[in-house]
Amino acid sequence: MNVSQLQHKFENRSFAVTGETGPPKGTNVNRCLHRAEKYLKGRCNAVNVTDNQSAIMQTGSLATCRLLMDLGMEPVFQMVCRDRNAIALQSDILSAYALGIRNILALTGDHQALGDHPQASGVFDLDSVSLLKALCSLESGRDISGNALDGAPKFCRGAVVTPGAEPVEPQIIKMEKKVEAGAQFFQTQAVYDIKQFETFMKRVEKFNVPVLAGQVILKSAGMARFLNANVSGINVPEHLISKLQKDKEAAKSGQTGARICADFVKEAKAMCQGVHLMTLGWDHLVPDIFEMADLG
Amino acid sequence: MLVSEMKPDEEILDMLDMAHSIYLVGCNGCAEVCKTGGAKAVAAYRKFLETQDKQVPGICNVDFLCNKVLTGTRLVREIEPIDRSEAILVFSCGVGVQVAGAVVDKPVFPAANTISMGGHFGLWPGAEKCAQCGNCVLGYTGGICPVTGCAKSLVNGQCGGTTRDGDCEVEKGRPCAWLQIYERLKTIDRLDLYRRILAPQDKSKLMPEVKQRKTLYWAIDQDVKPKE
Repeated sequence: MNVSQLQHKFENRSFAVTGETGPPKGTNVNRCLHRAEKYLKGRCNAVNVTDNQSAIMQTGSLATCRLLMDLGMEPVFQMVCRDRNAIALQSDILSAYALGIRNILALTGDHQALGDHPQASGVFDLDSVSLLKALCSLESGRDISGNALDGAPKFCRGAVVTPGAEPVEPQIIKMEKKVEAGAQFFQTQAVYDIKQFETFMKRVEKFNVPVLAGQVILKSAGMARFLNANVSGINVPEHLISKLQKDKEAAKSGQTGARICADFVKEAKAMCQGVHLMTLGWDHLVPDIFEMADLG
Repeated sequence: MLVSEMKPDEEILDMLDMAHSIYLVGCNGCAEVCKTGGAKAVAAYRKFLETQDKQVPGICNVDFLCNKVLTGTRLVREIEPIDRSEAILVFSCGVGVQVAGAVVDKPVFPAANTISMGGHFGLWPGAEKCAQCGNCVLGYTGGICPVTGCAKSLVNGQCGGTTRDGDCEVEKGRPCAWLQIYERLKTIDRLDLYRRILAPQDKSKLMPEVKQRKTLYWAIDQDVKPKE
């Protein structure tokens, strides 16, 4: 029976790197699989598959996770609470285990109003905290209503946190609740301000749980400004925006973004247990980032 | 009218936790009819609390707790015993609990679960304030309802979607209820309540039993005889 290699990595206290892929809207999954195989396989310890990210309907995370496994990659099954009720969530958790998936990232999920189906209902029977509790319950051999299972799953359970939120205290309290509910590792929202990240890491050190610093590769100064203005908890410092602005060609080719990411990773190595690379279609830069940041 | 039922004693004592002196606020409106409020029910609960090692510095019954102006004016005259209390236990629907929470800087706790608001409404238009969820969590959220206030009705804290201005990700100008709850709990020095993990809402309570719906127009139409 296969076990989570990602968990193994955490237990060994070695620096973990995870990647991410988003399934397409439609049946042409080959492109995302091919890119993951070409750029992430053999580099990232595990690859997240997004679950109808930003409330945009796409091919499912569960199926794509299994397809990644068939190509020799270890997936992290992202699960949001928006689209499935308490029955379907638990059922999919059991299905994931049956398919060999061993990592689950528990998320509340963006509100459906933000996506391409604002007319759909948002379920939210569970939230990120109670989904983690449900995972633990299933692992102990009972569903959340207390009924016995015929065979129990076992996962490496992840969750998310936003170090750049203002105020950050509610985020930290919720992180503590997630740890109490069973989270074994955390991936963060994209972080660019190393000082802010360091302060955050000091505050959450006491939870004694691996944290992977989230990185979204910056594609342009405009994108950085857009993130600052519109995405909660993301702060791209002004000196990085100037770097992107200085050489427009280098920014466009991804060189600048990859360099900014690698520089952050190098510094973050001493502060946390890994990085989570959210490439948003720029997976081809991952090999460069690995090289520049001296990742194994 | 509003239909509510008392929470189990164990749940109320668990909510009140370390608080020893509890001020009681009752509603003489719909809650009186349901026996979750009114002078008689509140006085009886005072006796029970005293057997549980709690003190009750005062009681105040308001005709319609959902009338914010009326409640505010009435409770101002009770400042002294309220100041001596560590918590306020409110015998009303979820709207009344929120009114009490909005007019006094003390932790407020609901003594009842609100099941239905069919028929005649209270005086503070309530549909936006109380979802009649039957799992009242106001005691853990500083008297601000996340079931109606949060776009996702989350009960375990803020999601990652709060904007820089403190708005909900769904709509500009709609405040993040969890940020409000955080600020409120910080003000009353009860952030420990934010740390509590709450169980998922029991959605089966959204469908009250027929006998609990006897006061609704639907039930009156069906000629369901009110009986105890």
